[in-house]
Amino acid sequence: MTVALKRPAIAAAKPARRRRLSLSAITPYLQSAPLAIILGAFLLLPIIMIVVVSFWDYDFAAMYPDLLTTNYSDVLGSWVTWKTYLNTIKFAAIVWALTLFIGFWVAYFLAFHIRTTAMQMVLFLVCTVPFLTSNIIRMISWIPVLGRNGLINSTLVQLGLVPKPIEWLLYSEFAVVLAMVHLYTLFMVTPIFNTLMRIDKSLVEAARDAGASGWQVLWNVIIPLAKPGMAIGTIFVVTLVMADFSTVQVMSGGQSASVALMMKNQMSLLQYPAAAANAVVLLVLVLLMVAGILRIVDIRKEL
Amino acid sequence: MSHEKRTLEFYVLAAFFTLFVLFLYGPLSAILILSFQGETGGLTFPLNGVSLHWFANLFERQSVGDFGGSFKRSLVLGLMVMVVTVAVSLLAGLAFRQKFRGATALFYLAVASLVVPSIIISLGIGVVFQQIGFRPAWYTSAFGAHLTWTLPFGVLIMFAVFNRFSPAYEEAARDLGASSWQTFAHVVLPMIAPSLIGVGLFGFTLSYDEFARTLMTSGTFNTLPLEIYGMTTNVTTPVLYALGTVTTVFSFLVILATLGAILYVGRRRARA
Repeated sequence: MTVALKRPAIAAAKPARRRRLSLSAITPYLQSAPLAIILGAFLLLPIIMIVVVSFWDYDFAAMYPDLLTTNYSDVLGSWVTWKTYLNTIKFAAIVWALTLFIGFWVAYFLAFHIRTTAMQMVLFLVCTVPFLTSNIIRMISWIPVLGRNGLINSTLVQLGLVPKPIEWLLYSEFAVVLAMVHLYTLFMVTPIFNTLMRIDKSLVEAARDAGASGWQVLWNVIIPLAKPGMAIGTIFVVTLVMADFSTVQVMSGGQSASVALMMKNQMSLLQYPAAAANAVVLLVLVLLMVAGILRIVDIRKEL
Repeated sequence: MSHEKRTLEFYVLAAFFTLFVLFLYGPLSAILILSFQGETGGLTFPLNGVSLHWFANLFERQSVGDFGGSFKRSLVLGLMVMVVTVAVSLLAGLAFRQKFRGATALFYLAVASLVVPSIIISLGIGVVFQQIGFRPAWYTSAFGAHLTWTLPFGVLIMFAVFNRFSPAYEEAARDLGASSWQTFAHVVLPMIAPSLIGVGLFGFTLSYDEFARTLMTSGTFNTLPLEIYGMTTNVTTPVLYALGTVTTVFSFLVILATLGAILYVGRRRARA
């Protein structure tokens, strides 16, 4: 409003200046336009389309525009769907707890126990590099380790610790959780490391001088200050696990299910409206989770 | 802190960290070794001799779908995504330095792009293309799908970079009579070059390894991760590991080259 009021006054005083002013006024719009266009076309539009299609009718061959709620009643009315959602949330909870524990201690070690910045960066890179390689390859790489004749089983059998190979190491929920922790821990390490590095070391010294023990410093100073990093890591891990279908499919050998895997199966049967209804439910669930976490932390401040 | 003696806590955490690194690299090194499996060897240890048989196998069309073609497509797609991610993130980062209407909405749209499950984006783009009547292809629909994953990373990194960027340098340049383009090209750009290279690395590797978003959007021809994903269900020979080794080594080379570039830029700046 104030801008609109001021502008005519300037224009009256100096026409030449007005042109420069209006150019600089539209600059941010021009600069942000490519991002807005790409996200509009490939994120917003597809999501709107999914919402629309989720009300459509379909048969084995095609979809028909309609306004049905049967897709939703099929999704929400089926016991299998509820079990699948619960299973997915269970994976998310377990993987979240494990990655938070591992991620915090790794980040804490790097931030507070490594003394030189160069060494910190080297060790951080050592943790980062595997995360820039293919997810599927990293999943497959567990097969020779966990398999029936894999490294762990053959070692255990040779040592005489177990009479025959343990079956539940691979193609089980255990394998799914292990692979997810393997794939996603860095998403916890990086944001926590980032917040820990910004903690003023003199705060820790002040707490020590005031007589706090090591655990008290950790519990009352460091962990509260690390919460924003933990929240961001949580957003990453929870949304990645909630969206996962490949890890569940490959590592459980088809014995476990997740919401995204259910969607993928519906998609391969060309039941797009059913998959779309599922997508809407999943999306609402994920966005609610993220909104809940965002109430704790302001991302813009943490960057 | 640096004058203190190492405590017990240090040794416990150092052991924990070492275990974590072993956990990260152990399985990877297992497939690295097993890809040199002898001709009669199987998917697990022990090695039945050492050979390059499975690497040779990789280039025969019948054993692996279309390794050469899918690798080429993934490479080109990765480069396309990289260039666009760097350019668009840089522009958006510059835009976010000023206040403009819709800035908050756009920022949260970028965050949403990060948290929306990838399979939903894949399905959505697939359905949109179907309804418009466009044929999905790796260089159109999959390209856009990949950008929804790489752009938020790029934008958030640029956001963080410009949050820490002091406007004093630009003011100094302007006081010395530099035009706004000169200020950008000779002052801002060299200072943020290492971050831009980092954004490029993210753009390339995230695209090169992405497959959930490619699932419904790649059209007739597979990208490399889709090819590998397909193999996990029907290939039961170490050729799978050979493929894993080749793509992993390639990723490592890309990372090394990037780090080299960042160091080179940093050193040149230090000298200047």
